[in-house]
Amino acid sequence: MADYEREDVRHGVVPDIAGSKFGLASQWGLGNQVLVHAGVRRPKQDESSDLTTPPSIHIVKWDIDMHNPVTRKLVNESHNVFISLQSHNPEQADTVRKPQLVKFSRHYRSVQRACVLELQLKGDAAEDEEKRQIYYAQCQVFSMIELIWSLCEILFVEVLPGGVILNQLLDWVSWHFTQGDELATAVMSSSSPHTHESYWPAIYIYVLQGRIDDARKLLSIHPDRQRDVNDLYGMTDELLRKMPMFTVVGRQSVAEFDMKWRHWQDQCQQCLEDGLFDSHNNLSIICRILAGDNRVFSELKDLTQSWYQMLVAKLLYNNPTIKTFDIHYHAQECIDDYGGNSHLSTLDNILLSALEFDIHQVIRESSAHLNNWWFVAHLTDLLYHCGQLESHNLNFGSNLREFLLLEYATSLMSHESLWQIGMDYLDHCPEVGRHYLELYIERIPIQTERKALKVLRACEKRGMELQAHSICKEMGMKALQNDRLGTALSWCIRSKDRAFATFLSEKFLSEYSSRGGFSNLDLIDNLGPAMLLSDRLTFLGKYREFHKMYEHGEFREAANLLLSLLSAKLAPQKFWLTLLTDALPLLECDQVVFSSHQTYDLMHCLEEITLSFQSTQYLDKDDKQRTQGQREADQEKIDLLRLALARNLSRAILHEGTEIEGI
Amino acid sequence: MFVTKSISAEHKDLIHDVAYDFHGRRMATCSSDQSVQVWDIGEDSEWHCTANWRTHSGSVWRVTWAHPEFGQVLATCSFDRTAAVWEEVVGESNPNHRGQNHWVKRTQLVDSRTSVTDVKFAPKHLGRNNIILRIELCVVDIAVRLQNEISCKMNCSCISWNPSRVHPAMISVGSDDPSTTGGGKVQVYEYSDGNRKWNKVETLMTVTEAVHDVAFAPNLGRSYHLLAVASKDVRIIMLKPLRRAQSTVGQHSGVTRFEVRQPAQFDEHNSQVWRVNWNITGTILASSGDDGCVRLWKANYLDNWKCIGVLKADGTHHGPGHSGRSHSSHVVGTSATSGASSSSSGAAAGNSSQSSTRVRFTVSPVTDIRVDQKYSVFF
Repeated sequence: MADYEREDVRHGVVPDIAGSKFGLASQWGLGNQVLVHAGVRRPKQDESSDLTTPPSIHIVKWDIDMHNPVTRKLVNESHNVFISLQSHNPEQADTVRKPQLVKFSRHYRSVQRACVLELQLKGDAAEDEEKRQIYYAQCQVFSMIELIWSLCEILFVEVLPGGVILNQLLDWVSWHFTQGDELATAVMSSSSPHTHESYWPAIYIYVLQGRIDDARKLLSIHPDRQRDVNDLYGMTDELLRKMPMFTVVGRQSVAEFDMKWRHWQDQCQQCLEDGLFDSHNNLSIICRILAGDNRVFSELKDLTQSWYQMLVAKLLYNNPTIKTFDIHYHAQECIDDYGGNSHLSTLDNILLSALEFDIHQVIRESSAHLNNWWFVAHLTDLLYHCGQLESHNLNFGSNLREFLLLEYATSLMSHESLWQIGMDYLDHCPEVGRHYLELYIERIPIQTERKALKVLRACEKRGMELQAHSICKEMGMKALQNDRLGTALSWCIRSKDRAFATFLSEKFLSEYSSRGGFSNLDLIDNLGPAMLLSDRLTFLGKYREFHKMYEHGEFREAANLLLSLLSAKLAPQKFWLTLLTDALPLLECDQVVFSSHQTYDLMHCLEEITLSFQSTQYLDKDDKQRTQGQREADQEKIDLLRLALARNLSRAILHEGTEIEGI
Repeated sequence: MFVTKSISAEHKDLIHDVAYDFHGRRMATCSSDQSVQVWDIGEDSEWHCTANWRTHSGSVWRVTWAHPEFGQVLATCSFDRTAAVWEEVVGESNPNHRGQNHWVKRTQLVDSRTSVTDVKFAPKHLGRNNIILRIELCVVDIAVRLQNEISCKMNCSCISWNPSRVHPAMISVGSDDPSTTGGGKVQVYEYSDGNRKWNKVETLMTVTEAVHDVAFAPNLGRSYHLLAVASKDVRIIMLKPLRRAQSTVGQHSGVTRFEVRQPAQFDEHNSQVWRVNWNITGTILASSGDDGCVRLWKANYLDNWKCIGVLKADGTHHGPGHSGRSHSSHVVGTSATSGASSSSSGAAAGNSSQSSTRVRFTVSPVTDIRVDQKYSVFF
């Protein structure tokens, strides 16, 4: 039963001449879009492609109905309703819940209404004919959606106890089909209303829609009424006035009402049988409607316009206490009056399925033909919250809901400003929503840092660390590409990418070696615990700390730090010489900064450097980059260091000796 | 309803491949005119060609973007038997275009003996050993070389990485060998960290016709892998890993076994299928066939795969006879090479190399794929 058998295959044409010869290749984009180009088949070597025009690329999108400014408003507003519907408490008793759900449904409808009106306005105001058509077409779709939604609300959401449904259906019809009012306005604005061609049709429509008061008002202005010998108008008015109306809030029982109704309708029939209105065709028609004469409905089918309006009118006068589940038995007659099943439009089919309580069919038809995921996704979600999906034996209820929500969210994801809303919908898809989110969130185009932070917040909110890291890494890479080392490093720290941190630290160090200073000092000074991300970064931070100490004259602390950087092998070996050179001024200080022990350690490091200078590895690797001049400079530094270390050692030993003596 | 916007590319010949970057804000095109173009969306939300350069000395078959974590990097492969990796740099070294970005060739793999027909970057989570800026590159070529090569024992036309994060590195390889007697045309390999080797874990015996494209779907938390195959028809293959305990003991104990099923097979193209391509979530498959159509396939919520859309080229200027002719020429082309020997991997391989490869294949029908792990781009 739940098979998408039907032809819901969409067809599109790509304007490409070469496409038919070389085939079309496609490449997916974000959301519902593909790039298409001719040339999927490789031409043979001897076959020339003989393109007459330069090849084209085609960007094909679909499900973008919600992307124009008017419908975007609808997306935003319905999103709020959706979110509060999700958080509404399912534990509550049915009596509390139902009014709430009805309220949600009304919210949705008011949003739809606003959208229809705005589309209408935009359509009227559009200067360009093509745009106007687009607006009108959308307007039509949303009017249809409104009609279906409100019927579904009556049938599935606002289910009244006892199942007497007619009043709601009457409201439904008179709300959506205002032809009666339009005619009445035209009639009233004419100089002699009663002779206006629409005078009687307007009254008929009012009667057919059960709007008795309006009908009586219109009837009362007929001048014949005053000089009516047989008081035909008075009798008609009396019949109309006495017509019983069933109300749920009233105290009467169905049986009681039924009795009253039958009594009243007998009166109407009696009038007809007595031939009271034979002389007055128009009043006779009204009476025949009241008496529930089946033929008169067929005669007036131009006024009821559609089978469902006729159905409601017929039910009103033939079967006013009909139960919800019986309605569809009466539908066929009315459909036959309008040309039978073969003439049913999409809308007719959807409404019929709704009346047959085939929710699944409603959703299926709507999703296939309305070309709009907004409607099916929200309706299905609402019905799911009403518990209607289970009670109608759709055991895949929650899957269906999720399936449609996913479709809707996907149609939002391809728009650059609707992605946040799309994500909120995905949050409420328990099965695969999370996976969709993970795949989409990384791909959201990030043009600015602000947007990056926005996406990162969305990641954090959902605990998506992996994705957040990836975004940070990408931002870091972008900054690096633009030669903004500081920004790159701060993104890198956020992404916690150790390897990238090492790489960037190297960059900073080589920048220092070549320029003799650091850029982005504030960042390096405030690394804090982030410095532990990679050894090289720790070294960078500590090395900068050393510089600060030195600047502040804290020589002893600076010396200790320097030595620990060397002895803990935190410093990369190629940087040792630089570090030792940094130690030179400390060695030459007036005070003795390095103890004899520390000096031995420094000497040890120096020896290691000289050894490594002679090692083949060093010669192989670095020699190519090192010019002769540099090597000489290095050698000079080593010699200087040797001297300084030796002198410091002697001073330290002397100093330590006197200290001991002092004790 | 499909809405189409067309852009006229500045290529002088047929475009063979178009690739969106990770975010869909850039695209790269490659063509028979041996050049690659990069397009960006401007402030005006229109596409502008921002780079156009000659990449190879032959038709460029495929172009693909690396993950942006690795920077702006492209890989191309060509009829000229090479594959190349390109990186975008900000206006250095070129005084004429200071401040303007341009693309620099970072490496070129020149060890193929015939046309290189496919090139794919590995999924970014496979960036191994924390060495930064390393991009794994998988190149189909015919040469016999280097470590970490895979001996496919068939001539390969296409490859696909499995994007799944939870499964060991996995690729599938398709062969366009026209002989239908050669057994399964799609093989699946898995990387074993233990012995640092690629092991063949599956051969899809049901696919015996020439295969022109394979594509793993993004995993989406499924307990199985979906592989789309472009052959005589479109196939969707499900590979469900069986628990290790169930696998046979002995030398294969480290290798995943799969339960292989085929949830869908579509012959609507009624002709050779050339390309298969998954959307971002791995829920809709687009296939391209010789019928000139792109068809979209999707599973409904009951997991039934159905066609949901068809895109057709506007062929009004070409009568059916024209397309019919190109069809038949294709058929002739393939049947001519069928038989005991096989054609080279590239359908458009040059005549001279074709004949020599064919001989080579007759002697030893081995095609290799090189998965070059040590390869990296340094800045």
